[in-house]
Amino acid sequence: MKFQVEDVTVYFPYDHIYPEQYAYMLELKRALDAKGHCLLEMPTGTGKTIALLSLITSYTLSKPQNPVKLIYCTRTVHEMEKTLAELKVLHNYQVKHLGPQAQILAVGLSSRKNLCVNPTVVAAENRDSVDAACRKLTASWVRALAAENPNVPTCEFFEQYEKAGSGAVLPPGVYTLQDLRAYGKQRGWCPYFLARHMVQFSNVVVYSYQYMLDPKVAGIISKEMQKESVVVFDEAHNIDNVCIEALSVSVRRQTLEGARRNLSKMQHEIERFKATDADRLRKEYNRLVEGLAQGGNLPLTDTWLQNPALPEDILKEAVPGNIRKADHFVHVLRRLVQYLEGRLETENVEKEGPVGFVASINTHAGIDQKTLKFCYDRLHSLMMTLEITDTDEFLHVQTICDFATLVGTYTRGFSIIIEPFDERMPHIPDPVLQLSCHDASLAIKPVFDRFQSVVITSGTLSPIDLYPRLLNFHPVVSRSFTMSLTRDCICPMVLTRGSDQLPVSTKFDMRSDLGVVRNYGRLLLEMVSVVPDGVVCFFVSYSYMDGIVNSWNENGILKEIMQHKLVFIETQDVVETTLALDNYRKACDCGRGAVFLSVARGKVAEGIDFDRHYGRLVIMFGIPFQYTLSKILLARLEYLRDTFQIKEGDFLTFDALRQAAQCVGRVIRSKADYGMMIFADKRYSRHDKRSKLPGWILSHLRDAHLNLSTDMALHIAREFLRKMAQPYDKAGSVSGRKTLLSQEDLEKMGESIADEMLR
Amino acid sequence: MSCRQVVKRASYKSKIKDPGTPGVLTLTENKFVFRPNDPSSAAKFDVEFKHITGHKNTKEGTDKPPWLNLSDKDRSYIFEFGSFHDLHVCRDFVGNALAKSGEAAKASSAAKPTSAAKTTSEKSGVTLPDEQLSTAEMQLRMKLLQEDSELQKLHMQFVISGVLTESEFWATRKKLLDGDSRTKSKQRVGFRSSMILDTKPMTDGRMNKVTFNLTPEIKYQIFALKPAVHQAFLTLVPSKMTEKDFWTKYFRAEYLHSTRNAVAAAAEAAEDEELAIFLKEDAILASEARRKIRRVDPTLDMEADLGDDYTHLPDHGIFRDGSKDVMELHNELYRRTLSQDLNRQGAVVLQGRTVDVDLEDPRTVAEALMQSRQESDESAEQERLDRITRMTEIEDLQEHHDHPVAQLCIKDPRDYFDTQQVNALKTLDDSRTGTEQKKCSLTTEEAYGSLREAISKIKSIGLKNSTVAPEIAITVLNGLTQNISSTKYQLGKNPQDSVLDGLPNKTKEELLHHWMSIQELLRHFWSSYPITTTYLSTKVGRLKDAMSQIYRQLEEIKQSDFRHQVSLLVRPMHQALDAAFQHFDADLQKRAARSGGETPNGNL
Repeated sequence: MKFQVEDVTVYFPYDHIYPEQYAYMLELKRALDAKGHCLLEMPTGTGKTIALLSLITSYTLSKPQNPVKLIYCTRTVHEMEKTLAELKVLHNYQVKHLGPQAQILAVGLSSRKNLCVNPTVVAAENRDSVDAACRKLTASWVRALAAENPNVPTCEFFEQYEKAGSGAVLPPGVYTLQDLRAYGKQRGWCPYFLARHMVQFSNVVVYSYQYMLDPKVAGIISKEMQKESVVVFDEAHNIDNVCIEALSVSVRRQTLEGARRNLSKMQHEIERFKATDADRLRKEYNRLVEGLAQGGNLPLTDTWLQNPALPEDILKEAVPGNIRKADHFVHVLRRLVQYLEGRLETENVEKEGPVGFVASINTHAGIDQKTLKFCYDRLHSLMMTLEITDTDEFLHVQTICDFATLVGTYTRGFSIIIEPFDERMPHIPDPVLQLSCHDASLAIKPVFDRFQSVVITSGTLSPIDLYPRLLNFHPVVSRSFTMSLTRDCICPMVLTRGSDQLPVSTKFDMRSDLGVVRNYGRLLLEMVSVVPDGVVCFFVSYSYMDGIVNSWNENGILKEIMQHKLVFIETQDVVETTLALDNYRKACDCGRGAVFLSVARGKVAEGIDFDRHYGRLVIMFGIPFQYTLSKILLARLEYLRDTFQIKEGDFLTFDALRQAAQCVGRVIRSKADYGMMIFADKRYSRHDKRSKLPGWILSHLRDAHLNLSTDMALHIAREFLRKMAQPYDKAGSVSGRKTLLSQEDLEKMGESIADEMLR
Repeated sequence: MSCRQVVKRASYKSKIKDPGTPGVLTLTENKFVFRPNDPSSAAKFDVEFKHITGHKNTKEGTDKPPWLNLSDKDRSYIFEFGSFHDLHVCRDFVGNALAKSGEAAKASSAAKPTSAAKTTSEKSGVTLPDEQLSTAEMQLRMKLLQEDSELQKLHMQFVISGVLTESEFWATRKKLLDGDSRTKSKQRVGFRSSMILDTKPMTDGRMNKVTFNLTPEIKYQIFALKPAVHQAFLTLVPSKMTEKDFWTKYFRAEYLHSTRNAVAAAAEAAEDEELAIFLKEDAILASEARRKIRRVDPTLDMEADLGDDYTHLPDHGIFRDGSKDVMELHNELYRRTLSQDLNRQGAVVLQGRTVDVDLEDPRTVAEALMQSRQESDESAEQERLDRITRMTEIEDLQEHHDHPVAQLCIKDPRDYFDTQQVNALKTLDDSRTGTEQKKCSLTTEEAYGSLREAISKIKSIGLKNSTVAPEIAITVLNGLTQNISSTKYQLGKNPQDSVLDGLPNKTKEELLHHWMSIQELLRHFWSSYPITTTYLSTKVGRLKDAMSQIYRQLEEIKQSDFRHQVSLLVRPMHQALDAAFQHFDADLQKRAARSGGETPNGNL
């Protein structure tokens, strides 16, 4: 369908549209007009992504004189694939109705691991070894060598791509990772470098958050994006955590041992070069004197992860004299490693600010702050000079240099925490030194500064006023949309008591109580016997899930559950979990029905949809609080309190409830879909906890459903499922307020509709 | 509509071009008679339905007049009706009559099975362009009715009596009509979903000995679940060790595993390499996983995420904060977790039973399983793409797609009835708590004895007080009351012995039949909502009448000897019907109110 949003003609690939999608587009359009940032919360299952894509592409089409580029950031690769698939539908529709002028180029960008088509390279075990294997074949010096000696192996795909030169372009279209690989195979071009190259020319780029937020990656990928871009962070409820992680480093014993090995190897290489090609090292020294740490423009294939500090904090001056010589630099690093080793030998938890830490390094190891700051660039230069291709081997020393650079650059918003063991397992010594960032606004600041519009959107951004404070920005539009429903297709319930009427909770003192374990088990058992197809359960942690499933197994509850449905579990092994999920979906598809047991802060909760028959019921066992005694968390809470005046308790509850809401919120895909949500913990019945849930869940949480026991919940579930099985009027035209609009409806209502809906 | 005869004005044509002879067409159960208005006309005939082999008609809304074409072996009769309504009435009637005569023919001439339903479609001289029902379709329906006596009963009951029209009846059975899906596959037996992996060892308490039970079925399950054991069996037995030794060793490993003592397991495995096979991580599974991960649905491929994650380079990001979890992991090689077992079990159950051989000989099972493993499919890529589109579409914003549906094949509908019944009763009163059944049967001797005792008591004391102590009386009374409803207490606990089996055959069949009819009617009833056309509202009216009729019949059955048991069975049915009636009334009121509001004179 085609309609007007103020002065923009929007092409939307479906025959109908939800009113909230229309309202969402309107707000988004106003933010684009104002060239400002915006914050939009809209419930899951109301088609956020397609609304956003339709509006922005149509916006560009209607204003051909100044086209905007869309940079769409997703948290995960599978969300990237889904977004691109939706974009493909949209693009086909637009091309069909507008002809070739609507053609765009859209690419998804991922790592070599996900894009490489060279069978020898992609066979490598993990990402780092794929990267290294690629470098071994494509680094500039390797190729130079291969030009003289045909026995040196190179990558045929890359060679082909290079040979094609400027002719190597992607024709317009939408390319998922799969499509890129297929295209690369067909043309014999390397899809990874092709995609990297095409990023500058494409109208839509879809990639992971880190490519925008993590300075190490963003420095290579997102450097050349123009200001007139719209950056979208989808599913952004956890964006503060991503920002913090991007600027944090931890050092463990293994790291230091590895770094020592790396340093001896480098020393060895340096000796070798001194004997054979002393000129090289001298050249590097001269270059460094001239202040060119990066050594000018590197070929695409030689680029490596960039400086971990944010672009504007990197000093643009010459490398200090004491580390210009390769020997000296290696020596400095040795001293640093030794110092860190000494610090790890602590018996108590230590917490320090960066300033104090740097001062102490200076007194004990004789390395000053400026030297620390240049560590990363100096290492990078040295690796290039030494022509090291097996970069995966050198990750440890890289970590040390990252740490040094960050600690030398930032004086506030960070702290250094040394813990001799994990508090939850005090008998296992595992010392770790963590440089932890507390301020999420640091990493995202360059993004807000550089791009004209940044859109932060998710299904759960409640309370919406907290995000601008956490990320320190001023949105021109900040809005939370509700969901207009034809029927009550979601049914949230708070279960406080088990079948024996005793309270259930995962509070620390109650969670291992056998009665609670049994009550939780009975709840699941009763539910699987009445709910069709898929049921998803979320637990507060892996260890808790492991424990409870084991005891269910021992007392036979698990066996009874398995009589009704197949059981699949998330494990910490990603491959196994992926396969388990795949099987879970198959079981739901074929009508066998299954239960998926998962963890609230795990990988599954982060981005897998359990919509339609893949999830008719979600049970959230307990409240997923963070481990409150964690030193890092405490440090962050302190920082938040001092800097943003956010109370500790408020933040913890906010964080736990956004996780819970995120877990249960993935059951709905559209208004034709339906699902139940059970919050099984007595603490949810308290107002201060519950009120942090997003409005669209709260509005369906009836007072009668606030304090249920298992049998009552079972009764409600039966009633609900029966009700949902009845035919209903999709458009909601009878009840007065329309929930599905056609093109005619929109035209009829004209401008008035917008104001009405935004009220 | 439900009358046994239809009389309509129509004109008869021998050919399409024929101007037609006006007259009266009379349809009865087994023949149709045409009398022209002009008695002198030659176009007068009287044909029995059993000669008719096909019928067609023109569709409403096309530019063709309402024609019905009945054809037999050598000629066809075309009738032009005054209206499409007449045509539809006649068409439905003819359809029923044909179906019936088909059955009759089959019954009468079992020796020559091809009497009525012979293909003649190529012979029929005239073909009307917009045919509603092809001969083949008609035959298919007849065949279905013949094959399935229950379907036939339903058809008789509702279509012939006019509650449902022919097309309505078949509309809910489209899948049945879809050609080859009809060829019933035999019910496939699945893989057991309960875990055998935790075959619990039995200890007899006295000796330090544990026993594991092993049946051919369990052996098969072990092979299917653990390719490494399977592989080991094929290589080791019988060349290196006997089957018995093999299983002993296997269970020794299982036992070690069940003690959760990873250190001890590691120590034993170090000494015995065959034992190590069972304890170690399954290498075949691991490689299979790597193979499968490439074909996984890209919308849930978390492995790709890992490959894209540059924040979590080793030691980047936060290693130990409150949101992440810690697990003790040592001796990983010899640690198989329950989670892995569960996931594996699920995967194997989904694959289903791949082997169809006798389970007695483990060797043949092992080999057959090996063969079945080697097959691999090529259509995976397409399926991946299909899945991704399915995951991205928003259903209600566009036209509905029909997803392929696998046919449900239930061998015995009775099983289904029983489970439904149990569920329904469970819902009836969840409050039913563990009242134990008392042992109420007495032997004759006991009864006689107690009687004599009472008599002698009376003799000695006289009839001053009550013969029985009040406490005893009350227990007896209670016991009896409970016994009457004892079925209620037994029911639902054991789906195998249902109340139904305790009833005489006649009642049983009657009940089952009513149950089927109710299902059929309810299906039509609910699918007519929301009511948008007058057609639907009349249909619902008809259905409601039929249902209330059955309701009454059920009431009657309840009056039989087995009142209590029967009422237990009837109650859920009544409830379902009540729900429908309630909905009907409510909806009727709502519509009346609305139409009243819109049109002042109150017309619908």
